[in-house]
Amino acid sequence: MAASANVRLRLETVQLTALFNRNAAVREISILFPAHTVTAIIGPSGCGKSTFLRCLNRMHELSEGGWVTGKVLLDEVDIYASDVNPIQLRRRIGMVFQRPTPFPTMSIYDNVAAGLRVNGRRPRGEMDESVERALRQAALWDEVKDRLQASALDLSGGQQQRLCIARAIAPQPEILLLDEPTASLDPAGTQRIEELCHQLKRLYTIVIVTHNLQQAARVSDYTAFFYMGRLIEVGRTNDLFTKPRVEQTEQYITGRFG
Amino acid sequence: MIARTVWRRISSGVMTGIVALLSFTAVLALVLILADLIAKGASSIDWAFFTKSPVPAGETGGGVANAIVGTGIIVGLAALIGLPIGIGAGLYLAEYGAGRLGFMVRFIADVMNGTPSIVIGIFAWTWMVKPVGRFSALAGSAALAILMIPMIARTTEEMVRLVPHSLREAALALGYPRWRTSLRVVARTALGGIVTGCLVGVARIAGETAPLLFTALGNLNFSTAVTHPMQTLSLQIYVYATGPFEEWHRLAWAAALVLMGLVLVLSMLARWVTRQRYGRVR
Repeated sequence: MAASANVRLRLETVQLTALFNRNAAVREISILFPAHTVTAIIGPSGCGKSTFLRCLNRMHELSEGGWVTGKVLLDEVDIYASDVNPIQLRRRIGMVFQRPTPFPTMSIYDNVAAGLRVNGRRPRGEMDESVERALRQAALWDEVKDRLQASALDLSGGQQQRLCIARAIAPQPEILLLDEPTASLDPAGTQRIEELCHQLKRLYTIVIVTHNLQQAARVSDYTAFFYMGRLIEVGRTNDLFTKPRVEQTEQYITGRFG
Repeated sequence: MIARTVWRRISSGVMTGIVALLSFTAVLALVLILADLIAKGASSIDWAFFTKSPVPAGETGGGVANAIVGTGIIVGLAALIGLPIGIGAGLYLAEYGAGRLGFMVRFIADVMNGTPSIVIGIFAWTWMVKPVGRFSALAGSAALAILMIPMIARTTEEMVRLVPHSLREAALALGYPRWRTSLRVVARTALGGIVTGCLVGVARIAGETAPLLFTALGNLNFSTAVTHPMQTLSLQIYVYATGPFEEWHRLAWAAALVLMGLVLVLSMLARWVTRQRYGRVR
């Protein structure tokens, strides 16, 4: 009882099915993402893990022919309810993509401020503070503090990805969705992002999609294994990797398929 | 083995030579035109050429100040009307033009792009000159604007389409409304290309003559009234080159040189803007 009070529920999917026109890419997924944890979603290419992630901030419906059934509960409110504004919702849920996507016409500062400005004007000093805090949280501040007005494209790939994380967390979202955030980075850049996950989960609830099993084992508290659009198994990362309950999971994590 | 390598080298050399010759021919036309213009026109260009209006036929001296100012006014007005509509249409086509309406707009723009400019001149005459009973610079501007809108719309669309989809998604995921994503992120990223397209479009209409023949008509006196006939460089060249006086021919060459220079400057500006924009992206 004491434990469950500590772990305040933040995000939960109930029988979530994501479709492209008539084809279901993800079927009837029910998962719970406890607050201040990192949950990794693993599975072979095309198993629907990215599609599932995009349902959590209503990005999936922007894809051609994309729609969903079932529920996604954020603090017990269904984000697909008709009175929820998807644009407002996306401001509460940050997302980082496979490849760094800094806005090329904006400076480093403006990139981080972009998500804040969309929420309305605020005083200069407050904005400066928010940008600095986000850059510090993303472990990028020391590298860019002397050139905040430089183009975001002057940064290396790894720095650009941390800039995108800073941009995503600047509006202080409740949830952070990472879609294979290290797929285009070298080992050093990957390590920095993984360290970030550990630090950021104190502030946010993180869901990370990865096809790198070692990464899932390193960064996550919980791991969910997806296969062919279905949730095969979900549990504490340690348990799932050492004593999986389902045979398919075992086969996948031991490298026998996928 | 060796024979084969030699044969490959020879055919490579021959083909390179042919391609070089062809591109040289293409450039040659421009060089010849420019050289001819400079040879026949440069000597007539002096201060008076830019500052004085034409003198009565038969007299020597005078300039084409009226045509230079007229070109500025008519082309400027046309740009003022045409650029916002063209850019807006292009943005619409790229961002929301997937449906039936988009297809129709795109098709009509392509047809209009292929329409002879004199036809557009007749159209402007029918609607803006005939009912009023007077030729006017405004009608000329309208004709030129109609001419440039489809050009601008299509280039804007192409440029906006070049913006990676991932940028759009990044903005939407931040909670940007769609219109704001289109303007603040997508259009801004494509801005260099859009500006280049606009400059090329303006350069293109600056040299047009046919649509102005029965709209702006031309005017041998200095005039800035947009509801009256007005002179442009292209019309001046047309009248002077076909006129009977030696003095007029001389001025026509000089006016042609100035017009060519104007178009060249606009094109070079377009180049420069593009480089500024894409030079930074590695």
